[in-house]
Amino acid sequence: MFETINMKILLPELILICTGLAVILLDLVLRKKETVAFIGVAGALLSAYYNFSLMSLGWSGAVFQNMFVLDGYSSFFKLIFYISLIITIFISLNYIKTERVSSGEYYSLLLFSASGMMIMAGAADFMVLYLGIELMSLSLYILAGIMRERRTSNEAAIKYFFLGAFSSAFLLFGISLTYGLTGTTSIIEVAEALNRLGPAGRNITLIAVIFFVTAFGFKVALVPFHMWAPDVYEGAPTSVTAFMSTGPKAAAFAVMGRVLFYAFGALQLQWSAIIEPLSIVTIAVGSILALSQTNIKRMLAYSAIAHAGYASIGFLPGTQEAFAAMINYLMIYIIVNLGAFAVVVIMRREGIMGEELSDYSGLAKKNPLVAFLMLIFMFSLTGIPPLAGFIGKFYIFMGAVEAGYTKLVIAAVIFSAVSAFFYLRVVVYMYMKEAAEPSVLIVPHSVKLVLAFTSIMAILLGIFPSVLLDFARASLLG
Amino acid sequence: MRDGDAIRIDIYRWIVSGNFSVSIGILIDRLSSVMLIVVTSISSLVFIYSIGYMHGDKGYARFFSYLSLFVFSMLMLVLADNFLLLYFGWEAVGLCSYLLIGFWFEKKSAADAGKKAFIVNRFGDFGFGLGVILIFLTFGSLEYMKVFSGAGAALGQTVNIFGHEVDTITLICLLLFCGAMGKSAQVPLHVWLPDAMEGPTPVSALIHAATMVTAGVYLVARCNPLFSLSSTAMTTVAVVGGTTAVFAATIGLVQNDIKRVIAYSTVSQLGYMFLALGVGAYSAGIFHLYTHAYFKALLFLGSGSVIHAMNNEMNMQKMGGLKKYMPVTYATFMIASLSISGIPGLAGFFSKDEILWRAYLAGEGSGRILWMLATAAAFMTAFYSFRLIFLTFHGSFRGSAEQEHHLHESPAVMTVPLMILAVGALAAGWVGIPPLLLEHGDRIGEFLAPVLGHPAGEGLHSEEMMVMGVSVLVSLAGILAAVIFYIKKRDLPERTASAFKPVYTMLYNKYWADELYEKILVSPVLRMSDKVFLGFFDGRLIEGIVNGIPSFIGSFSRGLRKMQTGLISSYAFMMAAGMLIILGMFFFF
Amino acid sequence: MSGNYIPSHYLPVISILAFSVLVGLGALIAGLLVRPRRPYEQKLAPYESGNLPVGEPRYRFSVKFYIVAMLFVVFDVEAVFLYPWAVAYDRLGLFGFVEMMIFIVILLVGYVYAWKKGALTWE
Repeated sequence: MFETINMKILLPELILICTGLAVILLDLVLRKKETVAFIGVAGALLSAYYNFSLMSLGWSGAVFQNMFVLDGYSSFFKLIFYISLIITIFISLNYIKTERVSSGEYYSLLLFSASGMMIMAGAADFMVLYLGIELMSLSLYILAGIMRERRTSNEAAIKYFFLGAFSSAFLLFGISLTYGLTGTTSIIEVAEALNRLGPAGRNITLIAVIFFVTAFGFKVALVPFHMWAPDVYEGAPTSVTAFMSTGPKAAAFAVMGRVLFYAFGALQLQWSAIIEPLSIVTIAVGSILALSQTNIKRMLAYSAIAHAGYASIGFLPGTQEAFAAMINYLMIYIIVNLGAFAVVVIMRREGIMGEELSDYSGLAKKNPLVAFLMLIFMFSLTGIPPLAGFIGKFYIFMGAVEAGYTKLVIAAVIFSAVSAFFYLRVVVYMYMKEAAEPSVLIVPHSVKLVLAFTSIMAILLGIFPSVLLDFARASLLG
Repeated sequence: MRDGDAIRIDIYRWIVSGNFSVSIGILIDRLSSVMLIVVTSISSLVFIYSIGYMHGDKGYARFFSYLSLFVFSMLMLVLADNFLLLYFGWEAVGLCSYLLIGFWFEKKSAADAGKKAFIVNRFGDFGFGLGVILIFLTFGSLEYMKVFSGAGAALGQTVNIFGHEVDTITLICLLLFCGAMGKSAQVPLHVWLPDAMEGPTPVSALIHAATMVTAGVYLVARCNPLFSLSSTAMTTVAVVGGTTAVFAATIGLVQNDIKRVIAYSTVSQLGYMFLALGVGAYSAGIFHLYTHAYFKALLFLGSGSVIHAMNNEMNMQKMGGLKKYMPVTYATFMIASLSISGIPGLAGFFSKDEILWRAYLAGEGSGRILWMLATAAAFMTAFYSFRLIFLTFHGSFRGSAEQEHHLHESPAVMTVPLMILAVGALAAGWVGIPPLLLEHGDRIGEFLAPVLGHPAGEGLHSEEMMVMGVSVLVSLAGILAAVIFYIKKRDLPERTASAFKPVYTMLYNKYWADELYEKILVSPVLRMSDKVFLGFFDGRLIEGIVNGIPSFIGSFSRGLRKMQTGLISSYAFMMAAGMLIILGMFFFF
Repeated sequence: MSGNYIPSHYLPVISILAFSVLVGLGALIAGLLVRPRRPYEQKLAPYESGNLPVGEPRYRFSVKFYIVAMLFVVFDVEAVFLYPWAVAYDRLGLFGFVEMMIFIVILLVGYVYAWKKGALTWE
């Protein structure tokens, strides 16, 4: 009745969940709260170690009647989650002290959320996928509202929660429709069933695909399902915003790719036609609305929306190559974005919110190095060569052009130019305006580490792009 | 590309996408190795010299970081194995040049000179950029190997420009040469180089004499498989080169600023190199590039030594008699001047003679004219070089007493590089002795032949003797004239100047090239930008567009923001509506 | 774009859906048409079993009630899971036992956390 479960494959997830549980308990007994954070980092590293040693030993495979898999695809995304998680923990160390957030809940929720993402990436069945999404999202709802005393934080949590529940309904509806039409929730079996179904039946399945796109569109913040993002990003603690705009976004892309490519591959032309208008509208709305923002977190929220639009262009050609370009883009984006958020986090000091653009005035004089790194991140997000952001966009656009989406790419490039305006405005504030008050900027060592890592990667991945791209290509193969 | 023992290392591919691929690869063949010798040897000496020259400057660290960046970029330019990397190096050296010309940016003239160099180079680089794009469109690749091996196949292809059919190869060559003209300061894009002397003198020696300005020569030599296919392009190169050689030399005759004289001399010598390239004697051009690097760097560094001693005085009319204060500088300067004048046995003689001989061989009609131009330039070169020596080092001191008090020989860290360069100026040419004088003497020509080929044309020994003899005579005549004018009869220069007043004024004012550009380019552009652009376009149109688009986008943005009500219900409504629209799109249209 | 594929086994669901919507709307509309409308103040006031309303209707309860309620729900769910496990214990064997222990330990962690954080003290 029961298969002997090959638990090894679940080891990375299990380690992370156990670390989360341990963190909650240890927080109750430990005096020094940083220790808890380092246990979290250690757990993440251990989990990563097991994940990639399992991969290198060739022990990829499936468990629970093919409901959960460990493969190259999930491993690539898990690497994104590990980076996102560890960097978030590092930039949180001082920040949550300033914001007086209790550390036990905070770090364990981060770990649980990351576990949820990993389950999403490895899900080969809609039920497991849903489980992962909910584990990730529930943790995020609480994280968004973890500054209980602040109204904006509460508002963010409530909004995120209600709209997230709404999107879950769409997802479940899509799953149930698919189940009704194919009689299965397994991703591989859905693909097989679609092949049997014939063209007419596939068209009905398209309704399910639209429900899926809506639900995932909410998670990655595609217009018009993006409305929550600016409010939540602005209200949530900055470190949580950094986390939300990277890991969960990538996780949503992971399941989107898994579902669209592996389950509904037969409907590629149709879903490309759905995503095409969504992607360009997303880029347009994200770029245009970012122009009129004065709060940097809100601006980065719209920037995240626009980047989701660019990334989703990678779906359109429906080829392995374009998909590799997309996951390559995601990796670059999350690294650069985390770097930018690390700067936003250190701008928050005792008594200073540091969230307005005007707070960046004269940063180049106050702390030239931080200003210069921010400049690198902004340039990279704009996509100026030879930084990593350029490479990401280049491959995405190249893939789309080769598949014949020339007009779309031209529009995307134009909006990319528009985006330069608001990214470079930060630079203008930093370099060309005088500081209002002469406050000092202290950069904690943990954030220094993050800034060093992210900026070096932003440059190196721009100069040696093939390293990451080859890794992405190889990940898709197995 | 012709065969040779070339090393090609593909370090890695930067971007690979479909059939578009950009590799970061280096190519070391015989041509780039000659360039490497020049770049590395001169730059090391300049680095050492600068330790003394820039001592105490508040931008000391900045200076060396710019200089290092320059050497890196220049090496990239020389080592590139494809046009994109070459373009990268090309632009990077341009940037470094701009930064170093404007190194003392507090001085308005330095900042202006930097801008001028940058803007003038823009004209050339625009053409160069177009040329690179056209190469990619024609050959489907930017790698030298593929482009040059495909050159033959592309022969006869045409491009349609505004209804005219233009030969593709010719167009590519002319566009590339456009870039070369900007970088190597050929007429009419020569105006930036004399102004570039606002930069520190070691910079002038390294960038604006020995290395960067010769990048254009290198480019044409590198692309010789393309240029050789287009006689139009070759003629253009030769004519521009010959004209520049004479044109710049005439200006050099009357200038009083010590560095400007050398700058015009550089422009003139670069003209020589292009003249050689234009008649198909690529190796002669590169040979001259190589010898010129040594004696010209020496002249600049020597003048730097003088300026250092004179407390930043650059007017030669206020110098004189320095030889007894600065014996090392004087001796090395003398070697460089003899070399550039083409006195037999020194480096400049061999390379210049080779160019003159190849020009002579280039053909009965045009070749002879080019040869006569070059010979005339040789006379003037000898004259202005010795005019400089006599005004600076001979006679009596004409500066202030305070300056005289300060006169001293430069420290060893500056004079040792001078002495090493003097050896180069003396002996660098011995690798290219004409076969006429020494069997198998033309080592460098043989060395470069696998890459650059053998120049066409054979002449009689008697003719070659005649060309060589004329060139020596002309040089000696130039020196003699300088002796008469500046040692024997000190009042002669002024009498001549007043006798040929219009000519003198014209030369003194550099043919009014700057004023001409000012009149026909700069001020109309400024006026136009002031009246038309600022008044109409900027005031109405651009202001309208610039303020209009953002205000349009802004109001659009504000309109869109209204949808961001902050109410959960309206967000949820948007989601549902969005989904229904997609649904409707698929099932009802 | 739709083809001739009809998911016929969904037909009862659709008819039930349509029927329930019809009944709901029908009752409301019928009431609207039939009932007389004579509003006066007393009639519009909220009905509180004949008593006069006292205080604000939006009374704030102490958050402690919610915490206790939540803990109750957690253990309630645990009991719901434990019951079928106990019934099928023979057939599940050691594997089921370990599985259940993991489940209980996870809940226990939450319980310890809540306890230590003072969720069970009323002050």
